[in-house]
Amino acid sequence: MRSMTVKILMVAILAPWLALSFGDGIISEAAAQDDRGVVNVYSARHYGHMEPVFQRFMEETGIEVRFTFGKDAELRERIKAEGKFTLADVYIGVDAGNLWVAAQEGILQPIQSGIVVQNIPEQFRDPEGKWIGLTLRIRTIVYHPDRVDPAELSTYEALADPRWRGKLCLRPAINVYTQSLVASLIAAHGVQKAGEIVRGWVRNTLPENFIDSDTRIAQMIAAGGCNVGIISHYYLVRLISKDPNFPVRLFWANQGEGERGVHANISGVGLVKYARNVENAITLIEWLTQETGQRLFADGNFEYPANPYVEPHPLVKSFGTPRIDPIPVWRYGELQAEAIELLNRVGYP
Amino acid sequence: MWATPKVASKGSSGRGRLPTSWVGRGPSASSLFPVLLAALVAVPLVPVVLSLATPTPKVWAHLWATILPERIRNTLLLVLGVGVGTLSLGTSLAWLVVAYRFPGHAIFEWSLLLPLAMPSYVLGYVYMAMLDYAGTIQSILRGWLGPGFSFPVRTGFWAILVLTLALYPYVYILARTAFCELPGSLFDAARVLGYGRLEVLLRLVIPLARPSLVAGTALALMEALTDFAVVRFFNFPTLSEGILRVWHGMMNREVAVEIAGVLLLFALGLLLLERRLRGRARFFQSRGRAPGIQPLPLRGWKGVAAAVLCGIVLLSAFGLPVAQLGLWALGDLVRMTSFDWAWYGTLARNSLLVASGASILTTLMALTLAYGSRHGGSGPDHLNPITRGAVRLATLGYAVPGSVVAVGALFALSRLDHWLNSWLETGFGVTVGLLFTGTVVGLLYAYGVRFLAVAYGSVDSSFEKLKPQLVEAARTLGASPRRVLVQVQLPLIAPGFLAGLLLVFLDVMKELPITLMLRPFGFETLSVWIYQMISESMWSETALPALTLVTTGLLPVIILMRLNR
Repeated sequence: MRSMTVKILMVAILAPWLALSFGDGIISEAAAQDDRGVVNVYSARHYGHMEPVFQRFMEETGIEVRFTFGKDAELRERIKAEGKFTLADVYIGVDAGNLWVAAQEGILQPIQSGIVVQNIPEQFRDPEGKWIGLTLRIRTIVYHPDRVDPAELSTYEALADPRWRGKLCLRPAINVYTQSLVASLIAAHGVQKAGEIVRGWVRNTLPENFIDSDTRIAQMIAAGGCNVGIISHYYLVRLISKDPNFPVRLFWANQGEGERGVHANISGVGLVKYARNVENAITLIEWLTQETGQRLFADGNFEYPANPYVEPHPLVKSFGTPRIDPIPVWRYGELQAEAIELLNRVGYP
Repeated sequence: MWATPKVASKGSSGRGRLPTSWVGRGPSASSLFPVLLAALVAVPLVPVVLSLATPTPKVWAHLWATILPERIRNTLLLVLGVGVGTLSLGTSLAWLVVAYRFPGHAIFEWSLLLPLAMPSYVLGYVYMAMLDYAGTIQSILRGWLGPGFSFPVRTGFWAILVLTLALYPYVYILARTAFCELPGSLFDAARVLGYGRLEVLLRLVIPLARPSLVAGTALALMEALTDFAVVRFFNFPTLSEGILRVWHGMMNREVAVEIAGVLLLFALGLLLLERRLRGRARFFQSRGRAPGIQPLPLRGWKGVAAAVLCGIVLLSAFGLPVAQLGLWALGDLVRMTSFDWAWYGTLARNSLLVASGASILTTLMALTLAYGSRHGGSGPDHLNPITRGAVRLATLGYAVPGSVVAVGALFALSRLDHWLNSWLETGFGVTVGLLFTGTVVGLLYAYGVRFLAVAYGSVDSSFEKLKPQLVEAARTLGASPRRVLVQVQLPLIAPGFLAGLLLVFLDVMKELPITLMLRPFGFETLSVWIYQMISESMWSETALPALTLVTTGLLPVIILMRLNR
């Protein structure tokens, strides 16, 4: 009698629950083959910056964008494991290294589009055309104007100088932007010299001042915990957009005569090998490289459009347009493992 | 998986009504099912174990020469610090609320569990935002003490403190249950024989409750070992940080899994220690309906001190962080022009859905395994070594970081998916897509793999405390094993079962890496939502989803705490 009650209870609890959850799963499977026009996106990029973009895309083209969010490495593993049954048509990744690995792992296919090639400079594209950069995030120096004279600042390399001892704030090695920045140092100077520069940075940075958040680094400089730091520009722009009096300034690094220019990373998009909606996916990718798409995609997060003919957000524009290190960004991927090994060797936290 | 409840009872119904031997020895049909179940759960962990046999020498040489020694040292320190911290805090708070009465006692008794609803990664960044150089507290102190004042917070000490505050409830809940189960008569006898209350606590109560205390501490330590967020906020890199550094940074998943194997060795060490600590002595619950320990009212300053102590813990682990989140959320709501209630409703519904499903399934699995490994009997003399070994393997999932479990589950299940589809395609010309990895099935499976140990620890320690004579008596009187289970054992282990259910539920609510990787396309939960705000350093924007997560977790905490009385 009693076990009967237990069984009925179990069914009562589990049945609607199963219906709901399987329902969700089956609906999403059906979505993959929907012919009304959908494109499914696996994205490592933040939600808030994407919803308005995709909304607009649907208004203009009638194609619905469905997307899910995850970390780059995990999204790639998932696309790999799902193989030809994957729902993903498009992979949006942050950091060139991540997109490069996706191409290396064979989960992408070439984007057959002249428009894309026309809109995005070669530097920000995969040599085989499997992914392209959409927006630029520029990793540069920030400082407190009361405590630092911008004339003292020049290059990333110069931050290794002992004059900055105890005054520098940096992002830890586990962050992918640190890794790509060091990769660009290796590309410019070789492992030996890059190692010396990074060692100098570590000497200048107190353990307390390795902070795993660009926003917090800027706030730290504002509060007086350190004087200079290296962060991605949009975090500072975001803070300034909320508080115009935020007391931290941007300095474009390596702009002098004979210098290579400031370090730019990308967020970009790849076409998944087993995409089921290839045409819609290419329509989306092309649209994202054009005026409206570029504006919406970049402005929501105060990034620079990768298409050089599209103007950045007015607030971003007010910081000027720096000269960018001409290195092809896919090389960050190629050099990333070496960069991590270097960071490990010099004891970068 | 859905068949679990049915088979749980079937597992021991194979014998006749008049058994000649009611406690079998050696492997039998009744132990086969638990072994299969344990094997199923262990599948995603196999690559981790195997990877230890095939290290990648070149990368390991580099890691040994550079980052590994520090990470091993930090991992040991973390285990030591969080172990001592959670054990002493959890035990003393539990004793306080069980053995004494003081102002606010009735509230503290359940509210001390509230930190369970707070994810440690949220606690970590809230503490960071309040405490570091740019944070509120140091800014105020600098206003009083001059601009030169500062103290470092990105240190191991703070990482250990925050994890202790987040994890002590694991010890508290099991300790409290164990103390409540103790017979008051035993306690009174010791008092009559002239022992002081403290002496009785140290020499009688703690040894008696040892299995529960050790089990709770082990849970807290496994959580600490696999934590990847707090140690990152506080720059205290452990082995689990090393896994991410190698996987995401060096883009080398193989070596990352090998490091997970090393982490597993740490966990095995802890489990061996746990067995040693549990000792060979066994103690059985004999209270039944007899009264528990008679609580002593604390008067005057003693009562105030007890209340203040509980208050400080509750405030620092729950009150202050919630207040800070509340402030952020208010600021956010003021700025916002519209608020998407429906979306938060969906997030909360999804979180509740997976958490309730996973906790029920996982706890039933734990019940099956605990029951099966004891040959349906109870007590230490009836352990079945084969099932026991399988269970040990199956419960290792808790010592493997969620992201590694997720990858293991993804590999295993996607093979199954592909195999199923190609079989259907050749046989029937149809495909069904990803039935396992594309739906919540994969998610639930991975949660089960990861959190089985939580449920098992709680259910099994309840079984362990049952007197074997109870079962033997019932069987002698002619009751079928099934009847013994339903009418004798289940009611007696109900508190342990509910505690396991509660712990898994809250663990799944807070869980991040598995949810991020295995949830169905477009299926978002509160923890995923919090994560993506944290990853963009939008701390104040995490407040609303974090508060929703905490409040959603509160209700089950309160309900189950009442049931558990």
